[in-house]
Order: sequence, then C-alpha cells, then structure tokens
Amino acid sequence: MIDDLNDLYQQVILDHSRSPRNFRALANANRTSQGHNPLCGDNVTLYLRFEGDVIREITFQGSGCAISKASASILTECLQGRTKGEVEALFERVRAMLTTGQVGGDDLGKLSVFAGVHKFPARVKCAILPWHAVLAALEGKSDPVSTEEGGD
Amino acid sequence: MNLHQPQTPPSEPPSASPLPPTVFDWEALRADFPILDQQVNGRPLVYLDNAATSQKPLAVIEAIERYYRNDNANVHRGIHELSNRATAAYEGARTRVAQFLNARGPDEIVWTRGTTESINLVANAWGAANLRPGDSILLTEMEHHSNLVPWQLAARRAGARLVYLPVTGDDGLLDLSRLDALLAPPVKLFAFTHVSNTLGTVNPVSALCARARERGIVTVVDAAQSAGHLPVDVQAIGCDFLAFSGHKICGPTGIGALYGRRELLDPMPPWQGGGDMISSVDFFESQWDAVPHKFEAGTPNIAGAIGMAAAIDYIEAIGRDRIFAHDQELAAYAVTGLRAIPGLRLFGPPEHRAGVVSFLLDDIHAHDVVTVADRFGVALRGGHHCNQPLMRKLGIVSTARASFYFYNTAAEVDRLIEVLIEIRKFFGGS
Ligand SMILES: Cc1ncc(COP(=O)(O)O)c(C=O)c1O
Repeated sequence: MIDDLNDLYQQVILDHSRSPRNFRALANANRTSQGHNPLCGDNVTLYLRFEGDVIREITFQGSGCAISKASASILTECLQGRTKGEVEALFERVRAMLTTGQVGGDDLGKLSVFAGVHKFPARVKCAILPWHAVLAALEGKSDPVSTEEGGD
Repeated sequence: MNLHQPQTPPSEPPSASPLPPTVFDWEALRADFPILDQQVNGRPLVYLDNAATSQKPLAVIEAIERYYRNDNANVHRGIHELSNRATAAYEGARTRVAQFLNARGPDEIVWTRGTTESINLVANAWGAANLRPGDSILLTEMEHHSNLVPWQLAARRAGARLVYLPVTGDDGLLDLSRLDALLAPPVKLFAFTHVSNTLGTVNPVSALCARARERGIVTVVDAAQSAGHLPVDVQAIGCDFLAFSGHKICGPTGIGALYGRRELLDPMPPWQGGGDMISSVDFFESQWDAVPHKFEAGTPNIAGAIGMAAAIDYIEAIGRDRIFAHDQELAAYAVTGLRAIPGLRLFGPPEHRAGVVSFLLDDIHAHDVVTVADRFGVALRGGHHCNQPLMRKLGIVSTARASFYFYNTAAEVDRLIEVLIEIRKFFGGS
C-alpha cells in the first residue's frame, strides 16, 4: 500500500512539484495554451517558442496537485528541441504508460517516473493535462483544454 | 431495525450549548451498516464523506427489497391489489416526510429526485409565475451549485438579477450586518442553505425567514445537509420552501422532497408534463391535478420513496437532536486535533459547527491529501465541493473535507488526525 504511494509520488515527482523547472512566463512565446481541470483545480499555462517545426523553448505557470505540476515541469524539460511529430509520438507512449504502467520500446527516461500513476485511475487526468495543453499549443488552438468530465 | 434504547433522555435542542455529553451506544449502530465493516487498501474503512452521501442501514436496504419482492406495481393507476399496496406505501411515505418536517399535511410534500430537482422545481414553476424583469433573487456566497445555477437560469429567463449575501472569510459565517440592506426590494426571493456542505456553518434559518417574511420575500431553504442531522421543523423555521435529498439521510439515491407552503404551491403552474399530473387531457388543453401531484409527472421512484420513509423511521428512532449533538462532539474533537497540526488551515466557524470540517494541509493540494488518505483507508473528499464561487472568494481552489454522521466514532477521528500527520511527513512537512 505504502509501496503504491511511493510509486505514485516518486521522489523525482515530489521534487519537481516543490521546485518546478522552467516555471515562468516566456516573453517571446509565439504559442500559448491552457489546461484546466475545474474539479481538481489543476491549472496550467504553457508558453512555447515554436520555430520551423521545433520547440525552441517551453515554459509553464500554474497551480495544481503534485502530479499535474510535476508532469508539466518534467514535460518542459523533455520537450525542448523536439519536433511536433516527436511530441505526438511521445504523447502516445506516455498515455499508454499512464494507463497500463508499461513502458514499451525505448526507455522514456525521466518520464518513466509517472508509470505508477496507472494504479490510481483518478489521477491519470492530472498527469495527462499538460500533454493535452502542449498538443493544443502545437495545433495553434487557443481554447483551454480539460481532461475531466462533469461531476459533483 | 435495531432500536438501541438510549441510556439518557433526549438531549436539549441544538441551540443549547455547551452540549451535555451524549451517553448512547453509537458503536452498536454500526452493526446496522454492513458496508462499514470492510477493509480498504488493507486498512479498516474510515468513511468520512457523509456530506456527499450517507451509508444505508439494513432497515432501508430491506424495505426496498421487500417492496420489490412483494408489492411492486405502478401507483395511482390500478385497482388491483398490488397497485393498491404500492400506492398506499408510496403515499404513506409522503405522509412520513410531512411528519418528519412538521408540514401541515402530505399535500405540502412534492416528491423529487433530490435537493437539486426540488430547487429547480421552485426556480421553474414559482419563477415562471412570479419573476419579472428588474426583480432580484438574494442568495448567499456559500451556496452549493444546486442552489445557485437554477437561479442563474431563472434570472436569465425572467430578466432578473442575482444578489449575494457575503461570507465573512475563513470562519465561514454569513455577514448578517449586510442583511437588512440586501433583503429589500426589488428582491422577491431569498434562497440559502441551512448547513454549509463545505464550511459546516449552521445558519440562523428561523431568523432569516422571519426577516424575509416581514418584507414579503419568499424563502427557499436548502436542507440537504441539515434534514438528517438536526431537527428541521418547517413551521418553526417559517420558510416557504425547503428542499432535501434521501441519500444524505440514510435513504437511497434518486429520491428527495420539496416542502412548499400550500398557499404558494397551489397557484404555481406545473413544470413538467406527462401522466400522473393531470385530471383530464384534451387534444389541445389539459386540466392539472391538485398539488402535490401536478408537480409529479410520470411514474415516480416508488421504491425510493419507500426507502426514504424507512430511513426517516431509522433516524427518528435515534433522534435528530441526539444525532446533532454527536455530530457536534465529533466535529469539536476533530477541530481540536486539526488545530494541533502545524501548517493546517481550517475553514468554518470556531463554534456551533455541524459535522463538516474543511482544511488545507501546508501547500499540499487537496487531491494529493485525499489520494494518500484513501491508501490508509480513510475516505475524504477533496475539491471545490460544488462551491466554486465560495472557493474563489476565499482565494483557494479546493479543500480537503471530512464529514461525519452518527456511526462515526472518536477513534475514527483519531485515525484521521494520525493519517494527516503521516501525509505531512510524506510530502516533506516538518
Ligand atoms: C448544501 C447542498 N445542497 C444541495 C446539494 C445537492 O444535493 P443532491 O445532489 O442530492 O441533489 C448538496 C449535495 O451535495 C449539498 O451539500
């Protein structure tokens, strides 16, 4: 039981949630997007400098639970210098990992700290929120995205 | 059903404070709730999410089963034996609700799906007949979304405006110094909660209703959090409408009731059409049935009504004054324990609080608190509790909440506090 918790809240996750990286607005961003899960209160804004087909710089701001904040922080570290196609491919693998706990193919590196989330189905939407936001930014969509449905 | 005779006479009504310690075998009541006796994530379940929904005693589960096994038929239609039995049980349950609320009669009780539908009924039917452009509706900043969104819709339909009685701050009281100024024309209706589902505040309902009545303003009381926890007497409160849900008072989901003063219900138009609500139908016009039936279109939740009456019997056998004293003791005990945790921000009034405590632990997000507590077997609620405007007002997005009922024990509160201390350690608090 406590092992499950340690799987979910890995030290790396706790560290990123306490001291998020790239946690600032980006003055020369040419893409921004917002993720908002009103039930949880998770809120993330992503700022991208997207040039040619490459993310030159990516930062974020927001508030939320440890999982959503760490996910956004680690995402900004992993996506610098990636192309849109690479981000989309990575997203598919991250999503599979979050729901099954399995990391197929190459090592996902730091992103694999989120493998434990699959044991907590209610928290998958927290981890995946910044990913939906980054995809929206790359599509040039400006409406806020959400990964939760209605409810009480 | 187990009657568990009390060992002392009933305690004083809830206004008497400080309360005498209740001597009553609360632990023994747990045997009536089979669901409580289980392990969750390898630990004994500590169910502290009663404000969301209560658990159901065997008496309720069995009443519903008995109905389906022996008496099931449609109501008000047949002249056969089963239909007569079903109708008698269903209308008998209505009478039981009327007694429970001390309404003048069963015709002042409309069956609904719950508090939310009860409020929507008033907002639609009363609103259609009475709200005009330029009118205002007074609400409070602590309302649940279900006592807020229906009024937004009604106001939009009528061209009316919403006005709010403020909440003072973290201590979660209504700012009554503003009442006289706000409870005035063009306000036509004042809707407010009896007990706050987030803050545990117990509002002075009778005084609020008296003030509104002096000014000819119609009152709607949201009793979702109070009906099963403290004595609720609509005549003593002096409200025009009062709404509550079966599932929060040990009854089933999908059933609830609206109390409405007959003088107000009678002239209100129906809000849904269908079978069971008409006296005669022509191709172009219909005649409505009398209240309360004109507000009950279609085959109702018969088993739900029967289950709700069984729940009322169950909690009345304990006594709501006694339940409230127990809630308050647990809440006070929890507050003492919570205050001793460094870095904990507590919401709600310092005293005279219902069995609801909301808090934030350091800067740990409420969902992280709830996820970890669940792994220790403790069921809490984390989020905005359908109080988003209130959260915004307090400058937060969510809280963690523990809410008690009569089957909770001091040992469970101890467990809550222990687990919260563990959670702080886990997230690196000192
Ligand atoms: C104060 C309050 N009002 C209204 C409701 C809505 O009740 P229901 O969902 O049963 O209609 C709730 C329940 O969450 C509540 O706590």
